[in-house]
Amino acid sequence: MEIFHHDLNIDFLGMRKVSIVISAILLIVSVWAITVKGLNYGLDFTGGILIQVNYEQPVDVGEVRNALGKAGFEHAVVQSMGGTRDISIRLQPPKQAPGSKQSPDQIAGEVSKRVLTALQAGNTAVKLAQPPDFVGPEVGQELKTSGIYAVIVVIIGIMFYLGMRFEKRFAVAAVASEIHDTVITLGIIALVQREFDMTVLASILAVVGYSINDKVVVFDRVRELFRLTRKAETPQILNRAINNTLSRTIITSVFTAITMASLGLFGGDAVHGFAITMLIGILVGTLSSIFFASPILLWLGVSKKDLMPVTRENPELARRP
Amino acid sequence: MIDFPRWKYWLVGIVMVLGIVYAAPNAFRPQPAVQIVANREAKVDEALQKQVAADLDKANVPYQDISIEKDRMLVRFANTEVQLRGSDTLRVALGDDYTVALNLATTVPHWLQSIGAHAMPLGLDLQGGVHFLMAVDQDAVLQKQQQRYLDDIRSILRQKQIPYDVVSLSGDGVQAVFKTAADRDKGLDAVSADNTDLNITTSRTPGGGYALHAAIKPEVLDKLAQTTITQNVTTLRNRVNALGVSEPLIQQQGQTRIVVELPGVQDTAEAKRVLGATATLEYHADDPNVNPQEAAQTGNVPPDDRLYFTKDGQPVVLKKRVIVSGDELVDASQGYDQQTGLPDVNVTLNSTGARKMLDFTTQNVGKRMGVVYIERTPVVKVVDGKEVHTSKTTETVLNNAVIQGVFGKKFQTTGLTQQEAQTLSLMLRSGSLAAPMDIVQQSVIGPSLGQDNIKKGEQAVILGLCLVLIAAAIYYRLFGLVADIALVFNLLILVAIMSAIGVTLTMPGIAGIVLTLGMSIDANVLICERIREELRNGSTPLASIRAGYEKAWHVILDANVTHLLAALGLITVGSGAIKGFGVTLFIGISTSLFTSVTMTHAITALIHGRRKKLKTLWV
Repeated sequence: MEIFHHDLNIDFLGMRKVSIVISAILLIVSVWAITVKGLNYGLDFTGGILIQVNYEQPVDVGEVRNALGKAGFEHAVVQSMGGTRDISIRLQPPKQAPGSKQSPDQIAGEVSKRVLTALQAGNTAVKLAQPPDFVGPEVGQELKTSGIYAVIVVIIGIMFYLGMRFEKRFAVAAVASEIHDTVITLGIIALVQREFDMTVLASILAVVGYSINDKVVVFDRVRELFRLTRKAETPQILNRAINNTLSRTIITSVFTAITMASLGLFGGDAVHGFAITMLIGILVGTLSSIFFASPILLWLGVSKKDLMPVTRENPELARRP
Repeated sequence: MIDFPRWKYWLVGIVMVLGIVYAAPNAFRPQPAVQIVANREAKVDEALQKQVAADLDKANVPYQDISIEKDRMLVRFANTEVQLRGSDTLRVALGDDYTVALNLATTVPHWLQSIGAHAMPLGLDLQGGVHFLMAVDQDAVLQKQQQRYLDDIRSILRQKQIPYDVVSLSGDGVQAVFKTAADRDKGLDAVSADNTDLNITTSRTPGGGYALHAAIKPEVLDKLAQTTITQNVTTLRNRVNALGVSEPLIQQQGQTRIVVELPGVQDTAEAKRVLGATATLEYHADDPNVNPQEAAQTGNVPPDDRLYFTKDGQPVVLKKRVIVSGDELVDASQGYDQQTGLPDVNVTLNSTGARKMLDFTTQNVGKRMGVVYIERTPVVKVVDGKEVHTSKTTETVLNNAVIQGVFGKKFQTTGLTQQEAQTLSLMLRSGSLAAPMDIVQQSVIGPSLGQDNIKKGEQAVILGLCLVLIAAAIYYRLFGLVADIALVFNLLILVAIMSAIGVTLTMPGIAGIVLTLGMSIDANVLICERIREELRNGSTPLASIRAGYEKAWHVILDANVTHLLAALGLITVGSGAIKGFGVTLFIGISTSLFTSVTMTHAITALIHGRRKKLKTLWV
């Protein structure tokens, strides 16, 4: 079975002006969304207190929000937990007086008591579903820092490896498209204000891995075609590489997307954010492998001779791909 | 013919079998059980077995099996509801002599266990429980240590009768100011002779005095920070045992944090109280005139004395008067006796403690001296509807040894095994130096949520796997089926490796497994597309297979190495959920390199290799 005819020859490079403009717009919107709207960080990152309450009668989320607002908890995030009787309330701990030696544990205990009192003022049939969860502010900050640090180290590592196995321009193009994919994925999450928690961070890093995987396959074909073809213009080579690998690019994406869709649909709340982020990342990564990575390679001025000279001087290296 | 070396067939075959065997234990569901461990002198034996059986029968709680494993007893039940009833019954019936805890008993057959095949331990999110992240207050430890040196230096100067103006804390150390340079030099000699852990520098003060600055050496501080954590981990482990939690996780995370995970625990308040206990240490003289066995039986103890027990339940009678307390202990470390080479514990006291110890030992050579470890756990009781805060004190004698000679500041305790010396030194330190800890993160996962998560995770894995299997078989026909076999084995081998090295399975880990399933098929997609291309270019079927595998290999390698780099990044981020995901992804990518390339190649070679007149390929 074949979805794409093998003689397919779409002039992807010919669309590069359009595709780069679209990419640029997406990037700008994403950066705007991330910096201005901001990511909707979860408890893991912001630090704070998560209180889960259980009502005897079905209750409206707005009602709960009102009750909290009256008691001075204006910025609480109130969500229903699948059903109308279980409500989760996320809030920032009160500012501590300087010098006070309360541990996050004690603060969480106090806050949850006050929240419960506030809720009981309107509706007495409510109780804490379980002891409050909380994360101290430093823990969240550390996680943010180490997340950023990890992304940077991974990108440098990949760049180094590709520079060694391919050529520096390939490394730069791959990393540029990788950043492009990561930023746009993050941008979409910021735009729709999906909660950004620990599993979403994990999937962002997985998107980094997925996206590079995709680019390497196309670039490998570019390298091969450059070495095999006697005379060919760079755009033609790039176009052929994209077309030759198109079937693989799409099929692999579809296969991975299938698994992530089943995870998102059946895996429950704990991994829902992960699956959705991954699906966004797969879509963005696939499109950028086709429309974004190669034009960058062209602009960086990659040419046949970049990949050839070493082989002539050193027969040992000729065995390398 | 396809030239596929024979040893590779063997390798593939062996890996397939190992994968099945070591993944198998995960198919056996653990059974709800209650674990009974003895405290003090109580024993886990057949008598207890009979008693437990009788108690359960009396309370009308049906059990399935009672077995003794090493030093614990396991009572298995049909379901969690009966298990809870059983545990409540036994807790009341057995009293304080035994710790009764909920447990999950393995149902893996013995022959599998004997070759080291175990099921993956489940994370908290899959079995419910509480998670604490505790921060150790390193500053407090440093301050305590500085204060100790301050007292020490002051008393040295007094002892040697060196006149000084002032001794005070300054920056990261202690500063002593003298009137004359000569006094300062004398002070310098006296302090540095006694303290090798200090970096001592001199300077002039603005006021014209001669100053001596003693800072704790950085390597000593580093060591101190590390031992603080280790000792807090050990203390926490002891306390958690008191909670009766089976398979708790207590682990250092980063430089200053400790993770505590207590599966099955729902009462966070109780857990926090036990974790927040405080401990101290006291040295007492032994009373040689009283027979401890007799005193324990009759309860007759002289008014100046007290009856204590060791960890093994041996009675010891000690004088009530404290010689030296934990505040005066500077360090305790495990070492080796220089003459005999036997393990010992080196104890260092501060100057006040040293003086008291010296006075005491001068008069008491040849007699015994006992070390008492005191732990206070805050307890909240409800009396007449009001919360009453009290504390429960546990006192144990760590060690009761003969005083061999006169000593003061530094002394050794010998006559211990290596293990005992290690434990004693840790207990001494935790009784004296324990750094305060704060809970900085807490989360609670209900047990039903854990069950629910397992079910959902299983569904997601199975559904994802089946869909990819079908899609691959439709799209690449025979080669797709071969890839399918490899994919199933990739899942098996991944699970086998995770089980063998004991990776804890969590929800993010399951997400990693599902993602690996989707991505490991990529290698087969690459190979199949290549083979199709080669066929289109007019190669013979066998040549196409060979070229397909050869050409695809390089790109598969590059793509996977870069992907492994990304997974490594995830592992280094380090904390719980992300690490679990990263580890799974890392193992999954590595195993997929083997299954989707080597394994499929072997199967393909088996199918097509012997057929000389191969005309068409089902790809």
